[in-house]
Amino acid sequence: MNEIIKIEELKRTFIVGAENVHALKGISFSIRQGEFVSIMGASGSGKSTLLNILGCLDTPTSGEYMIDGVKVSMQSRNQLSVLRNRKIGFVFQSYNLLARTTALENVELPLLYNHTISTKERHERAMSALVSVGLESRMYHMPNQLSGGQQQRVAIARALVNDPVIVLADEATGNLDTRTSYEIMSLFQELHAKGKTIAFVTHEADIAAFTDRTILLRDGYIIKDEPIEKQFAKKALELLPISEEP
Amino acid sequence: MNLFNLIKIAVRALLRNKGRTLLTMLGIIIGIASVIAMVSLGQSSTISVTEELSSMGSNMIMVSPARQMRGGVNLGRTNARSLDKKDLQTIRQNAKYVDKISPLVTTAAQLIVGGRNHPGSIQGVNPEYLDIRKYELENGAMFTEDDIKRYSKVCVIGKTVVDNLFPDGENPLGKTIRFGAIPMKVVGVLKSKGQNQMGQDQDDVVFVPYTTVQKRFMAITYFNMLFVSAVSESESELAATEITYILRHNHNIKEGTEDDFDIRTQEELLTTINSITKMLTLLLAAIASISLVVGGIGIMNIMYVTVTERTKEIGLRMSIGAQQRDILIQFLSESVILSLLGGIIGIMLGLLLSFGLSKVLNWPFIVSEGAILISFLVCAATGIFFGWYPAKRAANLDPINALRYE
Ligand SMILES: Nc1ncnc2c1ncn2[C@@H]1O[C@H](COP(=O)(O)OP(=O)(O)OP(=O)(O)O)[C@@H](O)[C@H]1O
Ligand SMILES: [Mg+2]
Repeated sequence: MNEIIKIEELKRTFIVGAENVHALKGISFSIRQGEFVSIMGASGSGKSTLLNILGCLDTPTSGEYMIDGVKVSMQSRNQLSVLRNRKIGFVFQSYNLLARTTALENVELPLLYNHTISTKERHERAMSALVSVGLESRMYHMPNQLSGGQQQRVAIARALVNDPVIVLADEATGNLDTRTSYEIMSLFQELHAKGKTIAFVTHEADIAAFTDRTILLRDGYIIKDEPIEKQFAKKALELLPISEEP
Repeated sequence: MNLFNLIKIAVRALLRNKGRTLLTMLGIIIGIASVIAMVSLGQSSTISVTEELSSMGSNMIMVSPARQMRGGVNLGRTNARSLDKKDLQTIRQNAKYVDKISPLVTTAAQLIVGGRNHPGSIQGVNPEYLDIRKYELENGAMFTEDDIKRYSKVCVIGKTVVDNLFPDGENPLGKTIRFGAIPMKVVGVLKSKGQNQMGQDQDDVVFVPYTTVQKRFMAITYFNMLFVSAVSESESELAATEITYILRHNHNIKEGTEDDFDIRTQEELLTTINSITKMLTLLLAAIASISLVVGGIGIMNIMYVTVTERTKEIGLRMSIGAQQRDILIQFLSESVILSLLGGIIGIMLGLLLSFGLSKVLNWPFIVSEGAILISFLVCAATGIFFGWYPAKRAANLDPINALRYE
């Protein structure tokens, strides 16, 4: 299978005042199409920094980064925007939905910045993305009329709508209770089963257990990168004690 | 992002803060409303003055003796005796561009009929005076050249005089009015002309043969003024030149010496008045445009606030693919819509204001398309100019920092 993401000797140094903060100290790995990777590590180990670079929101201080055959370090700010728009789907910890804007319009948002897509196609794709996350009955709800789990589903639909080569999630279950987290993970597993490539940042081992491969970071280095035996979120949900039921 | 979506997003953002939006637009509204009202009122005052002047006779020329100065003291012009019968006759005979000419000799007398009296301003003129000043007769007839020759004791009176001396609706024709001690017969009544621009009652007049005034009332041989009408409006300057030439010749004025008379054409008066109103209009519009600048600064201020408030939204939009240009245009269209909306409200308010004022002042109501168009363009420009820096700041935000912003 072809490599969606390939990084080599990636370094990222922040300059804070007179001090240099080395967030990433030289890491290399590839993610192939159809993989479901979790990126783990303690707080401050560089997970978000790495994900921001993978998501073309940030550029490395040194090292190589290729996404879907495109060399990211050569791109201008506008070209990075286009890359984010066409190749990447972001899911954030705090959902980041636009307030007082319907679920459907939130999901349409990435397509608004793609001139090649007509209004009709935009609607259709946003609707089918919402259907695929199980929110066909909540299309015209505002974010404040949705539960946290539902808001995160809208955010996932928004990340899927442009049919990205990779979905990047930073602590996407961080704000949710265990049951809802597992439901979201079950959704990610479904998407993975349909062929989506996913990179998932988390510091919870039980969440990482739902992925195929874990990359463990410590102080800006990769200390472990190996496949794991995948748990199924659907099963885990069934095993949850009844008391946690809402 | 297409225009429709841009406008939709901007309008939605503006509606989210209705009170703030309205307050921000207030500066623009006041600015545009006053510019529109000023320009519109300036134009209607010009038109009403112009109409007024042409109703006095647009090809009218007034000749009066020059003011006499002696030792720096202005002695006024009524004592000047420079205009006389010879001037009248030579102009009438020789000036090609002169159509009609009448002398004017004025005096005042108490008009008495039975127990009533009225202070009369008496104008000694000839029959041509009616045409020159655009008066018409309602009843009876103007006195004739014959009356002039015979110093007849006849008069033609205006509506105000009729109302004061014959209040019971009697027909004044053929009645006798005593001018102080002198009895005069009413031969004609003038049609009403109403007030002129300066608020003078043009119906409070008594026309009498000028010879009668000269001989019976004042015992003088000169005229206070000559009223002339040119053949046409465009030839009034030529007529004025002719009259100057003839009068200088009559009065033996040597080359290089000043005229001992003043010539005023109506046209000259018109251009003077027009240029004054134009200047006033411009001045007022300039003052009003200051409030536009203040309004623009208000917009700039609120746009900075908006950009800060929505930093996280900007970060999100960037993370899903908005380019800097998209963000710039989004906030720019918000400020442009803000100022255009203010402009539209201001235009309507300004029109309402000038409509009301022109009704009160009895001026024609003028809608100046030019001013409306310019207001519109100025508003768009204000929105772009004052929205530019806040929008630029939004576009230059770093996506990661913006996303993290709390
Ligand atoms: N913009 C920045 N400027 C300076 N230092 C930064 C910046 N962003 C991250 N860092 C530093 O880089 C290191 C890695 O931060 P990062 O946010 O990647 O950690 P993380 O693994 O995501 O932690 P957490 O699990 O708490 O989210 C930290 O020491 C942090 O202080
Ligand atoms: Mg993090």
